[in-house]
Formats: sequence, C-alpha cells, structure tokens
Amino acid sequence: MERFYTFVFVAGVGCFGIAFVLSMVFPWMSLKEYHGMEYAKLDQLAAHPSVEFQQLEEAYPDAFKAVYPEGATPGNYAKALRAGRDLYIGQACWHCHSQYVRVVSNEEQRWGPPSEAYEYNNELNQPHLWGTRRVGPDLARLHGRHTNDWHIAHFLNPKDVTPYSVMPSYAYYFEPDGTPHEEGFALITYLQWLGTTFNPTHEQEVYPGGEGNE
Amino acid sequence: MATHSTDPQVPSDGRPLVSYPLIKYHLVAGGICVLISMLAGFLYSLQFLGYYPFPHSEALSPGHIRLFHTNFAAYGWLVNGFTGMCYYVIPRLTGYRVASEKLGWLIFWVWQFILLCMAGGFVHNRCQAIEWGETPTGFRPGSFELNWVPVDLLVTVGAVLVIVQLMVPLYKARAQKYYVTLWYFTSGLVWLALTYLMGNIIPEWVLPGAAGAAVTGLFIHDLVGLYVTPMGWGLMYFFVPLILRKPIWSHSLSVIGFWALAFFYPLGGVHHFLISPIPDYVEFGAISTTIAIEVVVTTVVVNFFMTLRGKWSALRTNMGIRWFYAGAVMYFITCFQCAFHVTWMFQKIIHFTDWVVGHAHMIMFGTFSFWLFGVIDWLWPRVVKREWYSARLKGWHFWLSTLGIAIMFLDLTMAGLIAGFMQKGLNPWSDMVTASVPFWWVRTFAGFLIITGLMCGLYNMWMTAKSDVVYVEEEHYISLAAD
Ligand code: HEC
Ligand code: HEM
Repeated sequence: MERFYTFVFVAGVGCFGIAFVLSMVFPWMSLKEYHGMEYAKLDQLAAHPSVEFQQLEEAYPDAFKAVYPEGATPGNYAKALRAGRDLYIGQACWHCHSQYVRVVSNEEQRWGPPSEAYEYNNELNQPHLWGTRRVGPDLARLHGRHTNDWHIAHFLNPKDVTPYSVMPSYAYYFEPDGTPHEEGFALITYLQWLGTTFNPTHEQEVYPGGEGNE
Repeated sequence: MATHSTDPQVPSDGRPLVSYPLIKYHLVAGGICVLISMLAGFLYSLQFLGYYPFPHSEALSPGHIRLFHTNFAAYGWLVNGFTGMCYYVIPRLTGYRVASEKLGWLIFWVWQFILLCMAGGFVHNRCQAIEWGETPTGFRPGSFELNWVPVDLLVTVGAVLVIVQLMVPLYKARAQKYYVTLWYFTSGLVWLALTYLMGNIIPEWVLPGAAGAAVTGLFIHDLVGLYVTPMGWGLMYFFVPLILRKPIWSHSLSVIGFWALAFFYPLGGVHHFLISPIPDYVEFGAISTTIAIEVVVTTVVVNFFMTLRGKWSALRTNMGIRWFYAGAVMYFITCFQCAFHVTWMFQKIIHFTDWVVGHAHMIMFGTFSFWLFGVIDWLWPRVVKREWYSARLKGWHFWLSTLGIAIMFLDLTMAGLIAGFMQKGLNPWSDMVTASVPFWWVRTFAGFLIITGLMCGLYNMWMTAKSDVVYVEEEHYISLAAD
C-alpha cells in the first residue's frame, strides 16, 4: 500500500478528482439548470451604451474624442468596459472591494438586493471579481450610487470626498482639472456598469437543491 | 523506510547524492523573496495609516504592492524554499539523485525569470483576477492575443520541470515501502500540477461567474492545502525524527493524518465564498468537510507532541525543533479557529474583515514560514559548510518573529470582530474604518518586529557563509544528557 503508485493515483489523482466533481461539476450543473442563465458576451452587454458613458462624452468632448473617435458607440462602450475591468483587476481594487451582497449582516439594507447567480453569467465576470476583503464598501450595486463627477473627485483624492478614507488616490488617470485620460474614462464607465445586470423583475432565485432566499 | 544517516550517502558511482549548490541557490533566492514580500506587506500596511510613501506613482501603487506581497510570499519564498528542501530530503529518503543537476539549474533560472516577469507584469497592470494566482496570463482577456509575457504558461512549464525533477527519484524508489514524508511529497506534486491547471484555466477560459467562483475557491484552498501543507508536513515528518533521533510516535496516526488530509481537504474549497450565489448544498458540503479536517489535524499534532515527549529540552537546545514546534502550535490554533469561522454563524460577521487576514498570516507566516526557517537552520550550515555565525541572532530571529506574529494575529482578530459587528450594526462605513485605524497601527508595528527578526536571520545566514569556522557534522544532534 505505502508505495509510489498509491500516492500518485489514489491520493493524487483520485482524491483530487472526487473533490473536483463535487465542488466544480455539481455546482456548474445546478447553476446551468437554473432558469434565466444565459451567458452574455461583451458585445451583448455593451449593446446600449450607458447614460453615464454618454455623459462623459458631453462633459469632456475633446478628451473623449481623442480616445474614442467614433463617440459613445456600442463598440467603444465595450472597449471602455473591458479596459476598466482590466484596470480594476490590475490595480487590485478587488482586494479592497467585494462585489457581492450577502443575505446576512443587514447587507441588503446597506447596498441593495442580495446578489444572485445569474447576474454573474457574463463575459465581464469571467473570472468573477467577488473578492474576499472589504476595506471599502461593496461595489456590486454601484451603478447610479454616485455621479461621474463624484467619481472623478474621489479618484483625484479620496480624502477630499470622504475625509476618513484610506483609499489610494488615482490622480494619474486624470488631468489635474479632472479631465479623464483613457484609463479614467474606462474605470468610471466600468464602475457605472456594476450592478446593471441585476433585473428587479427577475423571479427570486431558488437555488437548486438549496433553500430559496426570501 | 529508508534509514537516516549522518554521513552524506554516496552512491556507488561516487557522485554525491545531494547537490548542495542547488539547495544553496534556492535558499538564497527564497530569502531574498521573503524579504521583498515582507517589505511590500509593510509598505502596503502604511497605506492604511495614511503614510504611503509613493502616492503619486502608478507603478508602485498600493494595489500593486499588495500583489507583490502575496505573490512573492507564495511563488518566491515558499516555492524556492520547498524546492530547495526537496533537493535534500527526497534523495536522502529514496537513495536516488534527482533527475539531473543541469535540469536543476534550468529550473532555478526559469523560476527566477518567472518572478521577474510576474513583477514586471504587476507594475504594468497585468494581473489575473484569481486570488493567489494573480500571475498574469499574458493574454488580452477573451482572446489569444499576447499583451505580456505569458507568466501562467511559464509557471506551468516551471512546475512541470520541478515535478519531473523530483518524481524521477520517487519513481525509481517505487519498489520501496515509502516513508510518510514521501507520501506527502508524491501526492503533493501531483496535486500541484492539477491544482495549478484547474485554477488558471477554468475560471479564466471556461466557466464564468458563480460556477467559476467555486473553482477559484477550490484553487486558493488547494494551493495552500494540497501543495504548501503536504510540503510542510512532509518536511516535519522528516526533520523532527532526524533531529530528535527517535521515530515518530504512532504510525497509525500518520496514516490517518495523511489519508484524511487527502480525502477531506480538497472538498472544502468552496468555503472561501460562503453565503454567496454558489448553491447552498455545495457550501454545506464544504463546511462539514472543513470541520471534519480539524479533527484530523488534531491527530497529526498529537502525534508530533507525543514524539517530543521525553525530549522537551530540545525546544531549548535546538533551534530547528523550536521553529518546528512553534509552527505546529500555530498550525493547531489556525485550524481550530477554522472549524469555527467556517460556519455561517461566524462567516456573516468575520468574512471580509481583518479576521481573515490574521488567519492567513498565522498559517502562512506562523506555520509554513516558521517551518522553512527550521529547515534553513538545519540545512544552511551543511550547505555552506560553516558553523552558524551566531546563536544570539538565531534567538532574536525566533523571538521577534514569534512576538510579531502573536501580536499581529490577536490584533487583526480583534479588528475583524469590531469591523464585522459594525458592518452588521449598519454603522456608517467611516466608523468602521476609523475604528480599525489603531489596530492597523499595531499591525504595522508587528510587521516591523517580524521584519527586524528576518533581517537578523538573513544577516546571520550571510555571516555564516562568510565565516571560516568549518562545520563538522555532529555525532549527536541534541545533547543526550539533557533527556
Ligand atoms: C486600500 C484599499 C482600497 C483600494 C486599493 C481601493 N479602494 Fe476604493 N475605497 C476604499 C475605502 C476605504 C473606501 C470608503 C471611503 C471612500 O469613499 O473613499 C472606498 C470607496 C470607494 C468607492 C465609493 C464606494 C461607495 O459606496 O461610496 C468607489 C467607487 C471605489 N472605492 C472604487 C475603487 C476603485 C475603482 C479602486 C481601484 C482603482 C479602489 N477603489 C481601490 C478602499 C480602497
Ligand atoms: C512583515 C510582515 C508582514 C506584514 C506587515 C504584512 C502585511 C500584510 C497586509 C497589509 C496585507 C493586506 C491585508 C488586507 O488586504 O487587508 C497582507 C495580506 C496577506 N499577507 Fe502579509 N504581511 C507580512 C508577512 C507575511 C508573510 C511572511 C506571509 C506569507 C508567507 C504573508 C502572507 C499574506 C497573505 C496570504 C495575505 C492575504 C490575506 C487575505 O487576503 O486574506 N504576509 N499582509
């Protein structure tokens, strides 16, 4: 028993395989069964450029044109969402901010309805950005919480907006007067998108094999 | 089971069994990486106090520094340390050399190149959104267009080379009855390959959202539980009996400890994302297996403490044993804590808070780094063939580290509870941040102690290598009179 092949195949491959089936294949299959879960690609998500994206174009026409010559088109919206998300990952925002609202700890009173699986079934959540640490607030329902101007002021120097803040300044993505660079446009566009996949008329989710969340 | 001997075994062809230069380079690289990692952790902790030194630098932004901190700890310090350790332990136990010394040098340089590309990637905002697997994919997301060195691919190549290198002696010894250490190492190497591939391919390329989250949870968990933990326990089963010059207390407990780890550990992966959109039944499965594993951990810890019975004085006389057992105590505390905080009752308060950060440091620094320091205590004089420069510095390294991690753990645990209850109590976010600031000061102070200790350790290694007091292999590792 206590020989090479036992440890390669029984412990190594075998035990790993069992866990892989139970904690990956099972949830994947039950989530697939769950109604309303259709995978949305980026161009589908970006089909209708958000109001905030258009507002950025209005507020900073020249800077916007330099980055997005065609204006606030779906194609450019998709580009901005993707770049914003990449920056959110690259700057490790996700190590200070989570992106899911739980059903416990009064979180729905603070941030809105608890997150559901279908909201994450899209290209901008691959991989998901749930995070495991909240130094700052949850951002899953950020859409519409603040205006573009608020975000710009906040990125320039978080302490100007919230004096207690420990969030770093991201002033290098903006001109000193607040005009965003490409990165600034992208970041704000991405942040304003967060939570828009939530559909309030969607039936309350009942997890297959689990309890429903009333 | 192969027997331990004090003389380096020399196979019949006359070439040495163990390649000491390779070990030396890996330990040095590991030492540099742990220093980088800790300085990064320290810098990042300054952000929380409002004294971050480079607020206007995009390259050195706090977020990037955090990525440096965790990834240099994992891929720089632990991987280099464990690989160096394996180069000593596996040939000694199997009686066969690793596959090839040339391959060894290739692995060494490939691995340091990986670290360089990883660091360069972070500075340029290239990062993969997988915790502890942030090594850049190098591809523009959703396409096969390169935007950086494909570090994930390189890590895969590096890991496969390490596995080949170490599996060759293990395979050659397949007719032998394996000693416990080799159970852990053999399985751990297989797990490493499977875990890395699973974690870096599936969430990024195959499964989005919640289904992918189940896999990233499993990845974070398996990297710690199925690579770091087997390497750690494997080395404990090797070095503790070797230094104490007596066998492990109970073979049955070793068997239980190993198989229960193999079976239960990977099942707990989803516990990193509890009360989330992952189906409830999967969460319940993860919670119950996580609790099961703490029972097993207890058997392993009991086994080691029973082994120490009658040799308690070794804690005083042998620095390696002291690191190992201090690490084992912290291992037990962390796992005991885990059995509680994995439940929803605790999760709703402590998840997302500093509690978890305290937990992570207790296990990664308090246990696995301590064990590697113990290994270094044993290996370094044999590698550089010099007596340790200073016993005093060793003491400073140990006590500053122990004091530092104890303070950091208690401090972050308290901070986590306060923050958790404030979130539940719907206090404004400002209350929570403001209330945490004093605790963050203490954390930085604890980090300062730990770094100072580390500097003592590294300086001691440096001076040892430069000293001219030649190391003579001891007849007895500890004073028998002290029994
Ligand atoms: C060191 C941790 C830290 C990092 C890194 C960090 N933040 Fe924050 N963030 C905070 C804190 C603390 C707050 C709450 C105080 C405030 O509003 O500034 C906050 C607040 C916010 C808010 C306002 C949320 C609300 O509900 O009002 C947004 C939006 C935000 N951060 C976005 C980002 C983005 C985007 C990044 C990355 C580019 C980022 N943060 C990086 C700590 C961080
Ligand atoms: C000088 C000592 C150290 C200091 C000051 C320090 C500081 C920090 C800080 C500030 C964080 C971020 C916490 C947060 O996100 O809120 C962190 C996270 C982390 N550190 Fe350290 N650290 C130190 C040593 C180490 C060592 C030696 C290791 C491992 C070998 C380690 C492993 C980790 C891990 C795994 C995390 C992620 C925790 C999580 O996200 O839950 N740290 N550290």
